[in-house]
Amino acid sequence: MKFSIQVNEGPYTHQASDTAYQFTKAALEKGHEIFRVFFYHDGVNNGTRLTTPPQDDRNIVQRWSQLGEQYDLDLVVCVAAAQRRGIADADEAKRNGKDTDNIAPGFRISGLGQLIEAGIQAERLMVFGD
Amino acid sequence: MLHTVNKTPFERNTLDTCLRLAKEGSVLLLIEDGVYGAMQGTSAEGKMKQALHDHAIYVLGPDLKARGLDEGKIIDGIQVIDYGGFVDLAAGNGAVQAWL
Amino acid sequence: MTDEMMDDEEGGGGEVKTFLYVNRKAPYGTIYALESLEVVLIGAAFEQDVSMLFVDDGVYQIKKGQDTTGVEMKNFSPTYRALEMYDVEKLYVDRESLEARGLTEDDLIVPVEILDTEQVQDLMESQDVVLSF
Repeated sequence: MKFSIQVNEGPYTHQASDTAYQFTKAALEKGHEIFRVFFYHDGVNNGTRLTTPPQDDRNIVQRWSQLGEQYDLDLVVCVAAAQRRGIADADEAKRNGKDTDNIAPGFRISGLGQLIEAGIQAERLMVFGD
Repeated sequence: MLHTVNKTPFERNTLDTCLRLAKEGSVLLLIEDGVYGAMQGTSAEGKMKQALHDHAIYVLGPDLKARGLDEGKIIDGIQVIDYGGFVDLAAGNGAVQAWL
Repeated sequence: MTDEMMDDEEGGGGEVKTFLYVNRKAPYGTIYALESLEVVLIGAAFEQDVSMLFVDDGVYQIKKGQDTTGVEMKNFSPTYRALEMYDVEKLYVDRESLEARGLTEDDLIVPVEILDTEQVQDLMESQDVVLSF
């Protein structure tokens, strides 16, 4: 089965990103395909490389980057939501006059159309939120 | 359809709305804080037992364990699954509705 | 609406799916109402079969008379009236949610179809894709 995943909340504050990660990992281990993981609302905060969580707990951002690399996942952060919350790649930073970017490895920034496409192209859209 | 509920029946009305609007025969899965709704001895027990007449109901084991909830004390008829089981439910029941 | 939101290619390879946007949260207290509306507007370009469902506190999103001057937040309620221009015309409201909140159809900013519980059940069950916010 081809799944798309939508993550509506940021790391740590809600369990949404954790559950989404565990589901995604389990689906991949079962041989399913993940068309896209789309981060919306505060979910865009899963895509900043500037987190320094405590050493004795899971590193949510890094975990997504690693899973993304292992399975060649399309991790997409919504541009509109990212602009509101201060997540930017180099192009976005330049375009909006910011002095730095902060996107984490393996994530890319793109428009809301990518979420709709994810719903159209996959057989199941899973939403994880608060 | 698979319906997921992620909040306790005491914090929000999510479970109530889900139970009202989930068509007979659809499947329910309690995840995250929603797993408290699977336990015996709460004020939600009656409505969960009622719901079992119309729905297969599952609860996510890792979330029960995380919260120190005893699998032996969940409402009779509710089945415990893991993340792999969650994937299977999502694959096998048509569209998924996450009640947030 | 920013340019960035419009920079995606349209279409989905000709396939048409039923998309249901489930709105259950009041406006302004959280961002979900506004940002879910943004998804609907962008999604309109993909020409899918779109319905919006307002349940529980979601019915407050389309209540008339919103004036946000005092809270200094953007009043996005007029956008619901623009949905028609985007060919999003299937707006459904759960009767029980409306009545529990002491509201009637006259209180709403857009024309909607009011559904009984069983009708909402059937609407949800018939969807290919359900987006929750």
